[in-house]
Amino acid sequence: MFTQTKSRVRTFLAAATLAIGAVAAATPALASGDVVHIERQKWSFSGAFGTYDKAQLQRGFKVYKEVCSACHGMGLVSFRNLVQSGGPEFSEAQVKALIKEAGYETLDGPNDQGEMFKRPSRLSDRLPSPFPNPEAARAANNGAYPPDFSMIAKARAVAGSYPGSFLVDGLTLYAEHGPDYIYNLITGYKDAPKGHECADGLNYNDKFLSGTCIAMAAPISDDQVTYEDGSKQTVDQYARDVSAFLNWAAEPKLNERKQIGFLTLLFLTVLAGLLYLTTRKLWSGIKH
Amino acid sequence: MAGHSTYQPQNAIAKWLERRLPIISMMHGQAVAFPTPRNLNYFWTFGAIAMFMLITMILTGIVLVMHYTPHTSLAFNSVEHIMRDVNYGWLIRNLHQNGASLFFIAVYMHILRGLYFGSYKEPREVLWILGVLIFLLMMATAFMGYVLPWGQMSFWGATVITNLFSAFPIVGDPVVSWLWGGFSVDNPTLNRFFALHYLLPFMILGVVVLHIWALHVSGNGNPTGVEVKSEQDTLPFHPYYTIKDLFAVAVFFIFFLIFVFYMPMFFNHPDNNIEANPLVTPAHIVPEWYFLPFYAILRAVPDKLGGVLAMFGAIAVMFILPWLDTSKIRSMTYRPIAKVFFWLFVVACVALGYLGAAPAEGLYVVFSRIFMAIYFGYFVFLFVIGLVEKPKPLPNSITESVLS
Ligand code: HEC
Ligand code: HEM
Repeated sequence: MFTQTKSRVRTFLAAATLAIGAVAAATPALASGDVVHIERQKWSFSGAFGTYDKAQLQRGFKVYKEVCSACHGMGLVSFRNLVQSGGPEFSEAQVKALIKEAGYETLDGPNDQGEMFKRPSRLSDRLPSPFPNPEAARAANNGAYPPDFSMIAKARAVAGSYPGSFLVDGLTLYAEHGPDYIYNLITGYKDAPKGHECADGLNYNDKFLSGTCIAMAAPISDDQVTYEDGSKQTVDQYARDVSAFLNWAAEPKLNERKQIGFLTLLFLTVLAGLLYLTTRKLWSGIKH
Repeated sequence: MAGHSTYQPQNAIAKWLERRLPIISMMHGQAVAFPTPRNLNYFWTFGAIAMFMLITMILTGIVLVMHYTPHTSLAFNSVEHIMRDVNYGWLIRNLHQNGASLFFIAVYMHILRGLYFGSYKEPREVLWILGVLIFLLMMATAFMGYVLPWGQMSFWGATVITNLFSAFPIVGDPVVSWLWGGFSVDNPTLNRFFALHYLLPFMILGVVVLHIWALHVSGNGNPTGVEVKSEQDTLPFHPYYTIKDLFAVAVFFIFFLIFVFYMPMFFNHPDNNIEANPLVTPAHIVPEWYFLPFYAILRAVPDKLGGVLAMFGAIAVMFILPWLDTSKIRSMTYRPIAKVFFWLFVVACVALGYLGAAPAEGLYVVFSRIFMAIYFGYFVFLFVIGLVEKPKPLPNSITESVLS
């Protein structure tokens, strides 16, 4: 009787596994229309001990400032953040010089005449946006809105392309889907295959999440931005650096978070170990 | 209530207090001397874990409110202000946000424990019903909390879910605009959700007190399902279970904090990092993972009202479960056939969770219907099988079972 039930349990479990397997297998087939394949990249800030590479963030900022900031704002980031630890860590003098050099201005006021006025930006100001409002941004970009960059790395995190991939991500602490996507997008421009041509003003890019035609033209080309630290001046390198920088913009506390996290988990592991030993000691000799 | 206490006030102050409010001897009776079955396994630690999660949610929530602004034009940025500018704001927010998911994991384990070991049966029906009530309040709290950061999923999730009430004939539409406080999800909605999101956790706390009161009237169940018969079957709650529970809580918190520190966005939808925009509908509107099985049931039914009723029915059926299960045997360990169906039920819940995140089309809907049938079928099955099954022999007592 007992073994019979056991084998019945197994049969049912097998049937159930099969059922789930069938559902899972049906997934890509059914949803293949909108699966974008994103190549994963190596990031200095991935994993339990990863931290930002300061030099890379500085390069990424340079790309952002010289290229992307013509269209994309970064409204939640302040100049002072560029100085803070765990970021690009420019010196205060460097950021002040940069404000002067680039002529960054912030709208202030009203003054005692009741008028709004522009003044040079201060460290405490947010990075100014290229357009006064989304409508102006659209008007200048063929009706398409270049999204603000403060959160873009967290807002475009594409999950894996196979069912259950989130479990693998969880087990490997993988949380870099956002920068992966931006890198893939910037390096993903190519000629449209026959039959997939884009309408005027749109550009073929099969990494784009919302279709294969994107309103942004390939934003950057080789040697467009000059690197002073001798890094390669290629689209590939630019894309990597700006993606890392955008991840920092969205997750400015990552370094601190992982550092505190390690110490906290170390403490908790020791505590759990001691509690385990206490439990064992307490219960030894007690049948339960 | 204080019946188990062996506490004798020692000093003058304690004696003075004891004659006026015997709170120390009551706590001693409830949390120290309380006789607890000696054979509880680790599935019995999820209650304590859920309690710690509730406290974590309340404490982090109160700190968040100190910096959060419940207004449609300010909410999103105020949460980002917490993440970027408030000292350790990122930590508090990540704890609260991931805490909601981990709280649900703990509570789901707690519920499954109850289903497997028949904790809902006589004499624990009221205890079980209070638990289902807590679960409902948690769902309401989490749903409204998710609206507060005012991201795209906050807004569209709120729109889809509140719209469900429009399925009811005649009263539907008025009820929906009453919930909204207007003609769409807007500032009045955000404000009332904020007020309720602050209120409900304290109501949960109140129901938890009743839940524990009911527990301490009937006593703990145990893996054999054979009730405590003599003092030999039990151990005092402290130190045996206080320490064991603390160990389990520590392990669970390690699991919890791995998300908080290394994958704070794991449970979150990327679109919720985009500020709510009533003019842009996201490609797929998905609720948080802990609602997915119910969401799948909602969409498995072709009729809107039918779907809403099935979804609420999936929870409502839990309230009457103590009377649906006709077997007197509590633990599935001694119910070989029922046990198989229990696991099938678990499989159906997981599969429905998976299907709830998939688009409602084609084969997905077919599978949703199959698993929904298994979900509800389980309760019908429990009714029938209890009348005909032949359980395995039960041990005479807890002590006998641990000695064998
Ligand atoms: C000439 C203006 C312009 C410049 C310069 C520009 N972009 Fe864009 N970008 C756009 C527009 C317009 C869109 C919206 C595209 C759409 O929705 O089809 C966009 C969209 C994006 C998106 C979002 C894609 C999505 O999934 O929605 C990313 C990421 C992006 N740009 C990255 C960059 C980076 C990195 C740079 C600098 C190297 C850059 N852009 C420079 C105009 C620009
Ligand atoms: C039963 C316990 C609770 C649950 C399940 C819960 C759940 C949630 C969820 C899911 C969110 C959305 C998180 C996000 O997307 O960022 C949230 C946000 C929030 N909650 Fe709670 N919560 C609970 C208790 C509380 C309490 C007691 C308070 C305050 C007294 C509170 C205050 C807030 C605030 C201010 C927010 C918005 C800030 C933010 O989004 O991070 N919560 N809650």
